[in-house]
Amino acid sequence: MSSSTANSTQAQIEIVRRPARIQLTYWQGVGRRLRRDPIPMVCGGILVLIIAAAIFAPWIAPMDPYKTSLLQRLQPIGSPGHLLGTDELGRDMLSRLIYGGRVSLLMGLLPITIATLVGSSVGIVAGFLGGKTNMVIMRIIDVFFAFPSVLLAVGLAGALGAGPVNCLICLALVFTPPITRVAESATTQIRNQDFVEAARATGASAPSIIVGHVMTNVSSLILTYASSLISVAIVLSSGLSFLGLGIAPPTADWGLMLNTLRQSIFIAPVNAVLPGVMILITSVCFNLLSDGLRTAMDVKP
Amino acid sequence: MTADRPGPADRPAPPLLEVWELSVRFGFGVSALGAVNGVDFRLELGETLCLLGESGSGKTVTMRALIRLLPPTAQITGRIVLDGIDVMALDDDGIQALRGTKVSMIFQDPLTALDPVFTIGSQIAETIVCHTGLSYSAARARALEFLEMVQIPSARRRLDAYPHELSGGLRQLAMIALALSCRPKLLLADEPTTALDATVQIQILLLLRELQRELGMATIFVTHDLSVACEIADRVAVMYAGRFVETGTIAEVIDSPRHPHTIGLFGSTVHAGTHDGLLTPIPGAPPDPSDMPPGCAFAPRCPRVAPACNERIPELTEFAPGRQARCPRITES
Amino acid sequence: MNSASATTERSARSRAGPWNAGEEDRPVLSVHELKKYFRLSGGLFGAARGYVQAVDGVSFSVSKGETLGVVGESGCGKSTTARLLIRLIKPDQGRILLDGQDVDGPNGISVRALRHQVQMVFQDSYASLNPRHTAAEEVSFGLSAQGVARAEARNRAKQVLDFVGLDPGVFADRYPHELSGGQRQRVNIARALAINPRVLILDEAVSSLDKSVEAQVLNLLIDIKNRLGLTYVFISHDLNVVQFVSDRVLVMYLGKVVEIGPVEKVYRSAGHPYTRALIASRLSMNPRRRIAAPPVMGDLPSPINPPSGCRFRTRCPIAEPVCAENEPLLAAVGDDSLHVAACHAMAPRSGHSLAPVPMSRTASASGA
Repeated sequence: MSSSTANSTQAQIEIVRRPARIQLTYWQGVGRRLRRDPIPMVCGGILVLIIAAAIFAPWIAPMDPYKTSLLQRLQPIGSPGHLLGTDELGRDMLSRLIYGGRVSLLMGLLPITIATLVGSSVGIVAGFLGGKTNMVIMRIIDVFFAFPSVLLAVGLAGALGAGPVNCLICLALVFTPPITRVAESATTQIRNQDFVEAARATGASAPSIIVGHVMTNVSSLILTYASSLISVAIVLSSGLSFLGLGIAPPTADWGLMLNTLRQSIFIAPVNAVLPGVMILITSVCFNLLSDGLRTAMDVKP
Repeated sequence: MTADRPGPADRPAPPLLEVWELSVRFGFGVSALGAVNGVDFRLELGETLCLLGESGSGKTVTMRALIRLLPPTAQITGRIVLDGIDVMALDDDGIQALRGTKVSMIFQDPLTALDPVFTIGSQIAETIVCHTGLSYSAARARALEFLEMVQIPSARRRLDAYPHELSGGLRQLAMIALALSCRPKLLLADEPTTALDATVQIQILLLLRELQRELGMATIFVTHDLSVACEIADRVAVMYAGRFVETGTIAEVIDSPRHPHTIGLFGSTVHAGTHDGLLTPIPGAPPDPSDMPPGCAFAPRCPRVAPACNERIPELTEFAPGRQARCPRITES
Repeated sequence: MNSASATTERSARSRAGPWNAGEEDRPVLSVHELKKYFRLSGGLFGAARGYVQAVDGVSFSVSKGETLGVVGESGCGKSTTARLLIRLIKPDQGRILLDGQDVDGPNGISVRALRHQVQMVFQDSYASLNPRHTAAEEVSFGLSAQGVARAEARNRAKQVLDFVGLDPGVFADRYPHELSGGQRQRVNIARALAINPRVLILDEAVSSLDKSVEAQVLNLLIDIKNRLGLTYVFISHDLNVVQFVSDRVLVMYLGKVVEIGPVEKVYRSAGHPYTRALIASRLSMNPRRRIAAPPVMGDLPSPINPPSGCRFRTRCPIAEPVCAENEPLLAAVGDDSLHVAACHAMAPRSGHSLAPVPMSRTASASGA
């Protein structure tokens, strides 16, 4: 082929054209894949019902959850007026379960939200800065990590005292270290990739790189992990209430209900187990939804 | 790779490998994608065939199909006869017995092909024990022989080395030793030198040539690098979109390439002779397997395209003894 | 350009000396005695177990408008050198000068200012582009991070994408997984060009591409260089590609520079035994003239404990005792001061049996 001057090199440069396609952002793609997956959709539906019931409790609950009736104690399921029976103080189980959902769900979602916000910030900063700063921060986190979470929760709750606010603080403290860990390791992986180096090379400052590059990539990992912790938080808070370290009676809370119905387990086993069933359903649904989210987020190009 | 078949009296021995109408499709039903679309060839003992093509041309899938080393979604059709055995008719045990004994494969990345938790000596010995029934100590002695055959320095010490303790070149040598440990008749090489430095690459290629002579093996070598083909091949088959587009001895194809894709590949390869002026790359990109052109797969990028090229897929015609090309225009020039 | 004018143009450009230049011919970029050792941590609390001497006293310069090719095999330190040049890694010792001014030194220019003028094109891999950014977002990131308004940055990004041959209407909003290897590499190039640098450092920019795509991208790089008057530092392990694009070439081995010179001269008559072996390892395109024996055997020595004196002596066909004692310095090959090699066999009075005898004035005058 003949050689070319500068003008015809332009002609030789291939202008690459392809027909336009409908573009989806990453999150739109995630949403679409999630919608097509049956299991997370079903679990999501169930959770929506449970959460809606909790939100609209005053309008949905058939009876007052605090109204006791010593004559109507431990009525079985299907008794007239009490669809799911009554508890050991004659209070309507269905209403207590609905109201209990408010507290239990709040105790599951709120600490995780706080822990995610705090944990990701600390973890991302530690991961991005690296070096000694990272080491100091992560070793402090490791101290908390060394305790089994239940033990840590019990210890903190015991120190802070019972009550919903303290329970909230204690749970948030328990869940921050694992989220920090995940955020830090994800950030460290991203930090070493070429596109972050390229961003540094174009003169971008560290905060802009963290916001612009790091967060877009680690957020999905953190979100997946955090959503898988929601069920753990619900169970843990129920456990704390069961031990008397969280919610105090007479507030309706699934864990607390398990505790108070404990003595009746041989007399009315079905009633005693009902709050546990609610905890089970909610945790499993959150777990499966989180699994589905992870699958949907995992785009292999 | 002759199209006509002389009778038994003319041919001294049947070829080691014969492949008829090999096709591989991935997926099921209407959305299946054709990775390999009808490949025929023959290979004699002692011969090196090079499958040359860009990524997506189907060369690796073709080679893996010969020992059915493909994921479950792959559907292989066609006939493969290796050393008298019908490969497609074998069951799982049969194909397992075939691999490693009659046929061996070496890969591009030795780090993932070797098990990281076993020493290379034990990996080679295990293969020998598994396929030949020798005792472990005898197998280890044989493993040492092979390590020395591939010219690994300090072979005795390296028997007890783990893969990660060796450099890239040595790992590749260890993998070659592993592949040859049961003296296969056919060696399949999937771009084994692509990831290596120039000085190591030449050592490995020369070694492969020598070993092939010594052991009398046949080799099929997959590469995208023309100069590697020049260095090692006896015959070359250029692939595009899952089909052979040109075949011949390496000298013939290099001296006078006929198919426009081959000519384009030569023109766009940077080599010692191209350092003034610009390269002439092939415009466009390889076709999407889900969206193949109706006629010749290369037509959208071909500088000599004619309306007839888009009507039907051209046949692989033999225009000279041992030389084939899949282009109706070459007979015209 | 036909071959004659290309050669004269090349030699005109490379008339600037290898490392010391006069006032008017000041090199754009020059480095002096760059050193970077990487700590190998291990042992208690990450105490140092040894140092990988990745770059050990590297000096060279790049003149305006030329392409300096850097070749070497894995472990030679060329990628580390690239990152040192743009200060993604901080050197342990040594100076980098841009237009004669010290980078990050007293009275010099800042690293930020360096990065306005010197940019890097990375090897294509999925990790070179943020998988969550569209092409336009990725290209405009550097600009918006420097304070340019979002809309203007996006416009500029589209312009640059068009310049590298990607139709902005189609490609501006594509994600990396929707692009082919060659297209991703064009986005890489666009990202580097977006902030108008004068020097581009290309680190294995075409190494992971198919041959035909490699040809397209190489053509593009040459075209861009001519149109924008850029200076290139082209790092590659592929000798053929380096020969094709470069004016001068620099050969590295185990963290040291072993040879620098005009590309044709080095490829035709290399001064250093390693360079000779490297060139001889190139595969021919002639199946009738195959290589019979490998030019150099064995593997790289460990970069943690490199051989004393000349680092290549363990694999060198002409090694002698003096090579273990003294480290060779860059000396002229023949009488051409533009072509230097670090080999005792090239340096007069080095003690090597093959070293040239220094000529007296009378001998040279008689036309030896």
